[in-house]
Amino acid sequence: MLQITDLHATVADKPILKGLSLSINAGEVHAIMGPNGAGKSTTGYVLGGRPGYEVTGGTVQFDGQDLLELEPHERSAAGLFLGFQYPVEIPGVSFVQFLREAANAQRKGRGEEPLSGGEFLKLAREKAGLLKMDMDMLKRPVNVGFSGGEKKRAEMVQMGILDPKLAILDETDSGLDIDALRIVGEGINAIMRKPDKAVLLITHYQRLLDYVKPDFVHVLAGGRIVRSGGPELALQLEHEGYEAVTA
Amino acid sequence: MTTLALPTRRDEDFRYSDIEALAAVWPVAREEIVVVAGASDSREIVETGTGTVARHLVVTLEAGARFDLRVLSAGPAFGRVAIDVTLGEGADFTLGAAQLATGAQTLEIVTEVSHAGPNATSRQVVRTVLAGHSTGTYLGRIAVDRGADGTDAEQSVRAMLLDRTATANARPELEIYADDVKAAHGCAVGELDANGLFYLMSRGLPPADAKRLMLQAFIAEAFAGAPGAEALSERALARLEEIL
Repeated sequence: MLQITDLHATVADKPILKGLSLSINAGEVHAIMGPNGAGKSTTGYVLGGRPGYEVTGGTVQFDGQDLLELEPHERSAAGLFLGFQYPVEIPGVSFVQFLREAANAQRKGRGEEPLSGGEFLKLAREKAGLLKMDMDMLKRPVNVGFSGGEKKRAEMVQMGILDPKLAILDETDSGLDIDALRIVGEGINAIMRKPDKAVLLITHYQRLLDYVKPDFVHVLAGGRIVRSGGPELALQLEHEGYEAVTA
Repeated sequence: MTTLALPTRRDEDFRYSDIEALAAVWPVAREEIVVVAGASDSREIVETGTGTVARHLVVTLEAGARFDLRVLSAGPAFGRVAIDVTLGEGADFTLGAAQLATGAQTLEIVTEVSHAGPNATSRQVVRTVLAGHSTGTYLGRIAVDRGADGTDAEQSVRAMLLDRTATANARPELEIYADDVKAAHGCAVGELDANGLFYLMSRGLPPADAKRLMLQAFIAEAFAGAPGAEALSERALARLEEIL
């Protein structure tokens, strides 16, 4: 589904990714772990197409398409979802309004009929229920006044509504208390643990991986993957630290 | 006394005006509005045509009178709305104005709000969206007379530049001769938040739709609480879509 080959990227002319390669197949959950400054968030942003993150080398194929050629909204329409570490507040724009437009923009891109107001609300209610989120919160302006945990749950509700093929979740576990962590973990499983979907979790900690069991764990350091393994690698990292494992 | 001579740009109130366009409609008739003691009134000024527009409202609010004025200026090559308001004791004035311009258009709102009696309140919200080589101006003077204690005057003025070639001018002014006065003014000129845009786009919204959504919310602040808020927002949106 996703083939990243020898990816190099800079931010403000500073090289961050230096030869990242990674292959993700449908049905798989991958986790990228690594110390601060390793390039974890940059990986997410480069794949999402954030302005200011310049690809200087390498290729990314997503579902047979050259991902790097696509604009951010085209990547979304192609089935990519980027969960933000710090979801952005948009005053004056309600989740419901924004998500209905976003969902319908994607449907239009795929040549499907737009969702009516009623159809959309039904879908939103169902996905909010998965994340134990009150529907009234989705009538509020996007992320405004939400706690860190509520923002992350709202990200997962959005993921549920947009129904992507591949979710790249950047530190979705940060800012979550124990209960919220379980709810978010179960939400990710319910929405994304399917044979035709895949997940890339970007995280510092093992704790989210207790709920969303990865098939592969990769250690990112210095802008490239220095070690890959199964779920046991995350546990080893947790016990021994990055330095010991990457040395 | 109103002078009939065409102003020049040396006149502070016309500093950013398109004098050549103004000449064609000069002199500007004064539109007098009086809201009698204890009464409430509201009015909308919607200028969406392409011709030059210059209006001058002179509003007198007697004791305890309330007046709600909304302005949508979106279309004129040169559009000027000047509003002079005098507030008596306990009167209340609300202005919510949106200006949307592109090309070489010049739009301006010039207010002079005089708190003549005590305990009067005034609130001005002006939102300006500028694209191309357009110019948008807000000149707002608040005068609080001697003895007008308990005045609460607020100005919130924000302009959004969609292109670096557009120009926003904002000049809030306070002239206060009373002691117990609350006067707040906020003034900001900026560009659309790039983080917000990327966030919306990453969820599938094409760039123009993402911008429209953010600007819609920005403009709606000018019409919040108005009786005709929805219709005004819709007309603003129609213009916004042309501009984007």
